[in-house]
Amino acid sequence: MSLDSQIDALRTELAAAIAAATDDASLDAVRVAALGKKGSVSALLASLGSMAPEERKSAGPAINGLKNEIAGLIEAANAALKGAALEARLKAETVDITLPLQPAPTAQGRIHPISQTLDEITAIFSDMGFSIAEGPDIETDYFNFTALNFPEGHPAREMHDTFFMKPGPDGVKKLLRTHTSPVQMRVMQLGNEKPAASYITPRMDPPIRVVIPGRTYRNDSDQTHTPMFHQVEGLVIDKSSHIGQLRWVLEEFLKAYFEVPNVTLRFRPSFFPFTEPSMEVDVQCDRSGSEVKIGEGSDWLEILGCGMVHPNVIRNAGLDPDVYQGFAWGMGIDRIAMLKYGMPDLRAFFDADQRWLDHYGFRPLDLPTLFGGLSQ
Amino acid sequence: MKFTLDWLNDHLDTDASVDEISTTLTTVGLEVEGVENQGKRLEKFVIAQVVKAEPHPNSDHLNICKVDAGTGELIDVVCGAPNVVTGMKSVFAFPGTYIPGKDFELKGGVVIRGAPSNGMLCSAAELELSNDHDGIITLPDDAPIGTKYVDYAGINGVVFDISITPNRGDATGVYGVARDLAAFGIGTLKTTDMSPVPSKGPSPIAPLPHQFDADEPKAIRKFGGRYIRNVKNGPSPAWLQARLRAVGLRPINAIVDITNLVSLGWGRPLHAYDADKIVGAPALRNAKPGEQFDALDNKIYALDETMTVIADDLGALCLGGVMGGIRSGTTDETVNVFMECASWDPELIARTGRKTGIISDARYRLERGVDPALTEPGLELATRLVLELCGGEPMEPAMSGEDVFANTVVEFPFNEVKRLTGLTVEPFIATAILSKLGFEIEGRGEVVTVKVPSWRPDVTQKADLAEEVMRMVGVDNIPVEPLPRLNHVAQRMLTTIQNRRRIARRALASRGLDEAVTWSFISHDEAVRFGGGQETLQLANAIAADMTDMRPSLLPGLLAAARRNGNRGLADLALFEVGQVFLSDAPEGQHTYATGIRTGTAKLSGSGRHWDGKATPVGVFDAKADLAAVLDALGVDIEKVQLLAEPAPWSHPGRGGRIALGPKVTLGWFGELHPAWISELDHEGPISAFEIDLDALPEPKKKPTKTKPALDLSAQMPLSRDFAFVVDKAVTAAVILRAARGADKGLITDVNVFDVFEGAHVGEGKKSVAIAVTLQPKDKTLTDEEIDKVSAAIVGAVTKSTGGVLRA
Repeated sequence: MSLDSQIDALRTELAAAIAAATDDASLDAVRVAALGKKGSVSALLASLGSMAPEERKSAGPAINGLKNEIAGLIEAANAALKGAALEARLKAETVDITLPLQPAPTAQGRIHPISQTLDEITAIFSDMGFSIAEGPDIETDYFNFTALNFPEGHPAREMHDTFFMKPGPDGVKKLLRTHTSPVQMRVMQLGNEKPAASYITPRMDPPIRVVIPGRTYRNDSDQTHTPMFHQVEGLVIDKSSHIGQLRWVLEEFLKAYFEVPNVTLRFRPSFFPFTEPSMEVDVQCDRSGSEVKIGEGSDWLEILGCGMVHPNVIRNAGLDPDVYQGFAWGMGIDRIAMLKYGMPDLRAFFDADQRWLDHYGFRPLDLPTLFGGLSQ
Repeated sequence: MKFTLDWLNDHLDTDASVDEISTTLTTVGLEVEGVENQGKRLEKFVIAQVVKAEPHPNSDHLNICKVDAGTGELIDVVCGAPNVVTGMKSVFAFPGTYIPGKDFELKGGVVIRGAPSNGMLCSAAELELSNDHDGIITLPDDAPIGTKYVDYAGINGVVFDISITPNRGDATGVYGVARDLAAFGIGTLKTTDMSPVPSKGPSPIAPLPHQFDADEPKAIRKFGGRYIRNVKNGPSPAWLQARLRAVGLRPINAIVDITNLVSLGWGRPLHAYDADKIVGAPALRNAKPGEQFDALDNKIYALDETMTVIADDLGALCLGGVMGGIRSGTTDETVNVFMECASWDPELIARTGRKTGIISDARYRLERGVDPALTEPGLELATRLVLELCGGEPMEPAMSGEDVFANTVVEFPFNEVKRLTGLTVEPFIATAILSKLGFEIEGRGEVVTVKVPSWRPDVTQKADLAEEVMRMVGVDNIPVEPLPRLNHVAQRMLTTIQNRRRIARRALASRGLDEAVTWSFISHDEAVRFGGGQETLQLANAIAADMTDMRPSLLPGLLAAARRNGNRGLADLALFEVGQVFLSDAPEGQHTYATGIRTGTAKLSGSGRHWDGKATPVGVFDAKADLAAVLDALGVDIEKVQLLAEPAPWSHPGRGGRIALGPKVTLGWFGELHPAWISELDHEGPISAFEIDLDALPEPKKKPTKTKPALDLSAQMPLSRDFAFVVDKAVTAAVILRAARGADKGLITDVNVFDVFEGAHVGEGKKSVAIAVTLQPKDKTLTDEEIDKVSAAIVGAVTKSTGGVLRA
């Protein structure tokens, strides 16, 4: 058999074997059988050595050509096999992307509306130069009443439905604060005693601008009253602040808080022992629908109490009421949260019903700021 | 307080409309809670006669009635009132009538226990005229059938309902309200003749002696009594009955109705005794401890020695300033009246009222302070009204004791109004306002002397006068002025603890826990169980049995919440609260805790059964991870805190721990709830929980922002070596990790546990712990010898500190 026909036969045979190889192993077997040390093509190459120089001149390129040709075919087949394998893997790995996510609690963690509302209040008052002041829930009669100009036996004391603690060994009856106002006195009072705990705001010198949020307690329970609730109050003490500025602070706060361009307030003279003059404030609203709309309509809704800090209170703090003056206001955090977000029943705030929390709660990164907005 | 428009017109000459009056009342601080046209609201109710009433055969308390309501035919009505009798006249509502006291519309054609009923006979409570729901309204025999009840009773006018703040005793009478309106400028105040009425002779009852020891509380100040002989009592005239009914009072008889008229009209409470029922000479004294008093509200009260009574030989006749007694009450048959008009110590009346729980019109006024200048004039006014309506002969007033007048005088600079309110009011306007309110102004110029009238004990200083001027000008007229703005960037607003609470909340919510807010008070049993329950943290007057003790932990509230949610079918729950706990009643005993629980399968990765894998129950490591996440969010390096196998009492003893900073500071606890507690607290397990005391975290150093330490990054590849040790079961991973890490602090950057197992082949009481150690070469690749050296050091350190061996 001539060398040429020998090469042709080998080419045909190997090409068929390469084409028939379906995986890496069979392809490699073909490679070894052809190009390995003892392979058929290698054997042909080896035969060159025994050829006459003339013969070698023509046979060399032919055999080398076969070798390169086979090597090329194997490489191509190898690439094709790899591609098919990847194709098969991707196919095998395909999933039904419509399958539901695992109901992860991470998707449901919510901030309670009271915390969110407090953060909103904080954001607004930070812009007006206020800081947050705090004091203890278990208070003395002095800070809760006497210092705030509630005379002993006055009907105003009774209106507070106070919770009393059982008397201590010294016979002193402490109480649960009925409002956040004791903190006013703690902030204003003279003296240089360090507060008993780091959460209690130390006293400060006027000018004072503080916002005082916290838990408050009254022995009362129905749909709109719970024995525990949250109040926030503000206190401004300097040498010039008056009711005209109080009106501005409240109007600006309510506009910012309710995120409306305008609010109309109605101030009614009223009575609180610790302010003089005292006022209650109604906000104009629309109550015709299922939700209360602030800033429109023709109804009035009582929203807060306020007034000029009573001269007796300023005196009790050790300051001269002819020199220092200022105003204070107080409102329910729970209540303004209900007005803004539409919860119908105060009692549900403290029930920790997961469905309620998930519905009325806020996303953890929905952080109220002035630069990003109070609401997302 | 309620009053009618025509009653107001008795005291105020005005053309103002109802709307104008209503707006003005609110403007001056007498908040209008309601304005009602009673005639319109009750116009469908008619007078009817019960022609026949007989017991319902299928009921022991119902009656079947035939009612004539003037329609020409008799109406079948089933009536449950105990006082319904054949022939009586009452008030009837046809089907379709709105019943205000019941808040429903009456249906027709109903059948009650087999008997048809087409309408309703009504009580005063059902018409919201009073609280009287003891039976249907009884009308005189001459009441015209078919007439509108409001026209007959004269309650077809406008009724104002205003709320009086506790400082305004002067406005608890219509006259005082009229004075405010007149001062505002919508009418002229009318005065009443209160001049002395001539007497017919000496009083048969001597001035009441005040029988008190010097150190006793004494509620009486001045007692005025007037004996009026030979009166003819009986129903009061229609106008007076109508007026009282319109404001919710039940007419009794002319004498009692007069006392109510004066009480509501002038804010001057009175009390009338049937003089013939007084035995011996009445006197004023304090009650004896436990003394029984049969009061006009048909209740018997046990009095104490702080309460002043008017008493005769048989005992207390009247609880002074609060309520009269049954024994000496006037009736239609009363012939001789002893009328009382007395002034009392407001504080002691308030105390007596609180102690007895009696709410009366007299107490309401006297504890707010009644004008001491009205004691004699009030008695004269009452006498005049009795003579007018009942005839009789007045005897000399019997007066004893002294009134207390404050006689307050205030130096009033007119600019106080501007200083406190920002309102500019001309002195002559301020003067006019104060004068109309009864203040007497002396002097001229910028500062005047103001004498406060006897009916305004609440006005004691210049701020009070500024308020008087302000409320008459109207707060809405005060110009709005911006509070001066900051001239610098706002300072930090939150303190460290305030910021920590906020961050802890958002860190936990972002791990899938819902924020709960639960009560500060819990049951005593729960408080004790969770380490609290001290006497000083118990409420003296709790509102409910499960709200008696201040909470020592947030866990009871969260566990109760989990139970409630579980009962609603929500078993996989992740909840937290950031709030105060009370370790003592001192201010420093109040700490803020961040506490969370997970129940069922509520893990960070998800809860419930799922196509992707099996739901696994929550465990100690879920709690540990939550706790670590909060600490990390708060900037605490979790590697630097101590992790101690000292579980909280609520924890499974083998699946919980404590984290601490040094020997004194506990930062918190984590673990699985003790299996015994799970069943005792009525839960279905499992529950994992953690508590962090945010107040125990160290205060950050108060330094301005610092640059961070330079970041030293090696160019070399880190390499990892694994070791497995067989150690006693009791050896903790922390010991192994600490030993390994300490073997070469320069080279070893991380050590982690990647396998733990126990079994027969590692030996009884032993376990195998496999760790991966990461080595970070600094400048050059490590040689084999160097690696062998570090490995030997690691093995040496671990075996030395644990007593274990390297596993072959």
